Amino acid sequence: MSAPQQFKYITKKRRVREDRRFVTGKGRFAADFKFPGMLHIAMVASPFACAKINSIDSSPALELPGVHYVLTGVELAANINPLLSGLDLPDVKRLPLANGRARYAGEWVAAVVADTRHIAEDAAELVAIDYEMLDFVIDPEEALQDTAPVVHPENGSNIFFDKTWTWGDVEGDFAKAEHTLALQAKWSRSSTVPIETFAVTASWDEGREMLDIWASIQMPKYPEQIARALQIPVTSVNVHFDVDVGGSYGLKRGIRQTVIVAYLTKKLQRPVRFIEDRLENMAGGEMHGPDRVFDMEVAYDEQGIMESLKITATDDCGCYPGRAPLQLGKPVSAIVGPYRIKSARYHARSVSTNKTSQEAVRGFGQAPTNFAIETVVDRIASTLNISREEVRRRNLIRSEEFPWRIPSGSEYDSGDYHAVLDKLMRAADWDKLIEKRNSFRNDGKLAGLGLSTCLEPSGGNSSFEPLFNPKNDTTTWMESCLIKVDMLGGICAMMGTSSSGQGHETLLAVSIAEVLERDPDSIRAIHSESVGALPSNSPVGSRMAIMLGGAAAGAAKKIKNQVIAIAAHNFQLPEDRLVYEGGDVYVKGDTERCLRWEQLVDIAHRQYHNMPIGSEPGLQAQHTWEVPTGGAMPKEDGTVQMYPCYAFEAHIPLITIDPGTGQVQIHDYYIGHDCGTVINPDIVRGMTFGGIAHGIGAALYEKFQYDESGQLQAGTFMDYLLPSAHEIPAVEMIKHHTPSPLTEFGQKGSGESGYLGAPAAIASAVNDALAPLGKSIATLPMRVRDLEELLNS
Amino acid sequence: MSKNSVHITVNGTAYKREIEPRLTLVDFLRDELDLTGTHVGCEHGVCGACSVIMDGRPVRSCLIYAVMADGHDFVTVEGLGSKDGSLSPIQDAFWENHAMQCGYCTPGMLIACHHLLEENPDPTEEEIREAIGGNLCRCTGYQQIVEAVKIAAQKIHGVNL
Repeated sequence: MSAPQQFKYITKKRRVREDRRFVTGKGRFAADFKFPGMLHIAMVASPFACAKINSIDSSPALELPGVHYVLTGVELAANINPLLSGLDLPDVKRLPLANGRARYAGEWVAAVVADTRHIAEDAAELVAIDYEMLDFVIDPEEALQDTAPVVHPENGSNIFFDKTWTWGDVEGDFAKAEHTLALQAKWSRSSTVPIETFAVTASWDEGREMLDIWASIQMPKYPEQIARALQIPVTSVNVHFDVDVGGSYGLKRGIRQTVIVAYLTKKLQRPVRFIEDRLENMAGGEMHGPDRVFDMEVAYDEQGIMESLKITATDDCGCYPGRAPLQLGKPVSAIVGPYRIKSARYHARSVSTNKTSQEAVRGFGQAPTNFAIETVVDRIASTLNISREEVRRRNLIRSEEFPWRIPSGSEYDSGDYHAVLDKLMRAADWDKLIEKRNSFRNDGKLAGLGLSTCLEPSGGNSSFEPLFNPKNDTTTWMESCLIKVDMLGGICAMMGTSSSGQGHETLLAVSIAEVLERDPDSIRAIHSESVGALPSNSPVGSRMAIMLGGAAAGAAKKIKNQVIAIAAHNFQLPEDRLVYEGGDVYVKGDTERCLRWEQLVDIAHRQYHNMPIGSEPGLQAQHTWEVPTGGAMPKEDGTVQMYPCYAFEAHIPLITIDPGTGQVQIHDYYIGHDCGTVINPDIVRGMTFGGIAHGIGAALYEKFQYDESGQLQAGTFMDYLLPSAHEIPAVEMIKHHTPSPLTEFGQKGSGESGYLGAPAAIASAVNDALAPLGKSIATLPMRVRDLEELLNS
Repeated sequence: MSKNSVHITVNGTAYKREIEPRLTLVDFLRDELDLTGTHVGCEHGVCGACSVIMDGRPVRSCLIYAVMADGHDFVTVEGLGSKDGSLSPIQDAFWENHAMQCGYCTPGMLIACHHLLEENPDPTEEEIREAIGGNLCRCTGYQQIVEAVKIAAQKIHGVNL
């Protein structure tokens, strides 16, 4: 392996530039934008899990002073195209407002527009709707039965997607295996639940024929989706990407909300704003996460070496198939985790029920899959009476084996899983933790030590799209950067997306500074308005360090080359006689013969007579980067290179469970983490700690529970429990850096780190604590009431 | 709807407004006074994003009607720094230690931490977690926030933690 790269700015501690505006209260979030004449929306939501809408009488609402309009699903459906589906389901129409039939409790049926939100809420209660209750289905297993009510009768069944891939000789490997075991693992419906709900304002300018949008959005191809729905050119949609997004973690894909306000601003010729309240967000915002049952089978030998894996994943998609079913697809990129498993079968099923729809959640389905795989690994360990760490060591891919191709076709770029695990276990002092656990046990407590070793596929090229939908032939998931050097030498870099806390301005500045050797603080980074922006696929799939960082470095190299060419022309020397340093260019061995950055920039901008013949005046460059290893359609057998880079993480929590109440307390938490070259250490730390906290929430607290009548039981923060600083422990992070050979600086993704291994590790710890009682649990979340019930059973 | 007169002081400036009695304090701050640093998260008193200081104590401005604020004194995130634009120690420590990501819960967190350090110059880790226990953050896992409070305490009081 080549010597590690030396960096001037990358990897170094540096204040995150975005933070200054946040600590002064000067962030600019979607709800902070106000416009003269702006109108406000409140939604009328269906109270029933499934109901025919016989009629809507808006007149009592319209009589209230200050009410301007009531938009119904019928009107909206007649005037827009249905929203994009991730699957090929032409008969399932996804519309922003229910049209003729409401399919879950909380689904928006009408939008009331008024001078203030207060008036809109008052009026929403006055909209008279004649519903006729219909049969509904809440349980996904039941939804698969022939007799079940069908959520979308036009679709014929509740199955949105059902496909099996077999990679390698699965049956042969199972037949030959010394042992097999089967288990079921469940991951319940939770989500990222950002503290900011979704907010959007739209304003149609008839003069410019332009739809301006300010939204808390994190969504690939958002302007294009708006344009398609409204049947207007993309050149008439201008998304202001400089809006700060108050948390998303994959989730904020408010296309329904956006199409409603966009339609209304065109119709009413006034700016229109919709800010979800918490209940609108939780019950009707269509932003829940994966809800999945895994049926796992594994073939392994007496040493615990895994030969083959069969996974059936049944996912309760809820009502509409946006991109959510594709969350069954990303795990194909790491279907055997970090292990040397030779063959695999994957049966992926997406089922519709009368619940609000899923949206993308941090890791896009990988965290639940990692939890299921790790549950299998722990079960092998306990069955063979081999330690959990030893089973992992025997199965982990070895550092000298990279690049390693897994059965489903993805090639893992690099890694040293054993080194990370060993480093972690040394730092955590595993033996001492076992002693500590045992001393808890001696004091009569239930105590458990957890372990997980998981992957974070990053840099997504979205190959799950063509894999899950043959009509979708997307093979690029590019990212762009435009750099402009002004006449006075200032550098401005532009990205075509919004940020929701990832620090992209800092990323751009530092990446460009590294290449151009200029002070990062002198480099401006901005979020372009969409109408003038280069292509972007937004910050999804742990991709921006890789893709935006790569695009920025690519554009910066073009600037550097232009500067060197200008110097070469003026010195009348070949470029290989020159040295570029800090933006200045001097003659090798003669630093006196130097053209400074400002001089070179001035030549580019003003002195065309001193420019190389035929060159472009000014100093600007753009770079649009294709995902490394991307660009190919899946093969016939479903093998595909899905993600370029694979980060690795290993978790060790020590917990106790109160034997009386079932309450879990986390005493110690260690993570070993390798995402290659770290661009900004504070950002990576923060994302990892945050991901762990989110994973602890998914493992122990968070659940969108529905009751038998289809009502959401967790529509507020009183009943959907988000972990606070009391529940989340201090975490010690042990770092390791195996550079990726595929990226500019060796970086991999880290936006989903922590979350991809924490739920599995917590589950491992809980089961270790339960083991002396001969009990186990494989359903997340393991809430107080669930554990209490189990302990008393 | 009838209007009520409200006189309040925010960050040292006195304001008088005629408002509807159902207007919450957070909406009043944001919509009437254009102080948009204070954020709305849950509107039912759980998340703490709307925290402000009322007569020296942190409160949830989503649970208080603006009419109830009549005659009271408030500090919001916009009032934590100096008039010359320089940051307070806790603001600076948050920035230095990247004690945030998206920045949405940050104003409420700063209010909680600012109040803690005023009351307790040398807080333990447990006391810090207690002080921010009513403020939810989905980005950070709280760790860099706890660290930032320690950094700020050191800066303010020279306390060697």
